[in-house]
Amino acid sequence: MQYDVIVIGGGPAGLTAGIYLSRARLNTLILNMGVAGGQMILTHEIANYPGVESISGYKLSSIMKKQAQSFGATIKTISSTPEIVDEGHLKKVRVGENSYSAYTVILAPGGAPRMLGVKGEQEFKGLGVSYCATCDGEFFTGKNIVVVGGGNSALEEAVSLSRYAEKVTIIHQFDHFQAFPAYVDEAKSNPKIKFIMETEIREFAGDGKLERVLLHHKKSGIEEWFNAGGAFVFIGYQPNTAFLKDILPLNDRGEIGVNADMETAVQGIYAAGDSIAKKYRQVTTAVGEATVAALAASARTWELKSNH
Amino acid sequence: MTLDTNLTHVETAADWQKIISENENVMITCGRMGPMCIPVYAVMEQIESEYSHVKFADMMFDSPESHVIRNAPEVRGFMGIPFVMYYKNGNVVKATSSIQSEDQVRAILNENFGEPVK
Repeated sequence: MQYDVIVIGGGPAGLTAGIYLSRARLNTLILNMGVAGGQMILTHEIANYPGVESISGYKLSSIMKKQAQSFGATIKTISSTPEIVDEGHLKKVRVGENSYSAYTVILAPGGAPRMLGVKGEQEFKGLGVSYCATCDGEFFTGKNIVVVGGGNSALEEAVSLSRYAEKVTIIHQFDHFQAFPAYVDEAKSNPKIKFIMETEIREFAGDGKLERVLLHHKKSGIEEWFNAGGAFVFIGYQPNTAFLKDILPLNDRGEIGVNADMETAVQGIYAAGDSIAKKYRQVTTAVGEATVAALAASARTWELKSNH
Repeated sequence: MTLDTNLTHVETAADWQKIISENENVMITCGRMGPMCIPVYAVMEQIESEYSHVKFADMMFDSPESHVIRNAPEVRGFMGIPFVMYYKNGNVVKATSSIQSEDQVRAILNENFGEPVK
């Protein structure tokens, strides 16, 4: 099916691009990977979005989605990974058995929390493996638990979980923490928190619920089972860009490089939002980048439409 | 007090009884407005129109009235919110703990209640 522009991603960047493109009378398809709104829907309160005193990320994404649709953008939710083929003035996007083409593409796939990806992680999710201390901490009252990670979130949440758990053991793959020194000091001064450094978790196991984790000590190569009634994983975020590696150069963090027009190394393919290489990740920065990407894509699309 | 979603809100145990007895197929997500629960509400809102034969609802986990879900035998051992309950003719046919993807939710709906009505 032919569109003028295809936007991949339905977070604030993707929806903003959809609003600008459809208002510019371009036939726009937004391919939404996951839930519309992206990571923004998880923000309890957004109080720094100009013109809006306070709103939940959930409500703001719902309004953005309606706004894009009201101007004519089509939003399709996809569960298969899209594949982009550059055919010069036309770009093809294949999703499962469906194929779409457009003059330009805007990439806004965003990011997602990183998972360990080890045996048993999916099986014990909600049965001992968790990714949110605030959500699930109370279920681990009196238990011996592990926290995986060495950044600010891991250290901060370990302290928070020590209010519920009998003992918290932080498992970290390096010999030092990436967290701010203040977070490290607070965790180290907490008598309930212990540390196992230079160690990775290789497996989660138990009978119906998590009971133990398999530790791999990196220095010695020794593996041993460690009793744990819970495991909290805080190992950062990653851009959703794995599907782009064959068509675009990505940096060592998997992020997309763009120029001032938000155009990638491939002419006619633009990018915006949390998946691009940048320092600050905010709803406002995503919206701004998407505005630039949409205007640049719009200009190129009109040019191509008049020539072909 | 209700959750900040566009879903039908189950506020009391009586509401819960009514909704599962008056609808053949029901999915109720019992959670908070947090990072594990919100994606599940968003999936429900996203697919609600496709599954016209299923009633979608939410319930506040911290409400005392949610004991009807929190204390259900099917959620024994659950250690992650949201607790998501799937009812057919008033009986629990499936229960899940913690965040679920759209694919996972659709698979459960399709298996227990049938595929989307075209």
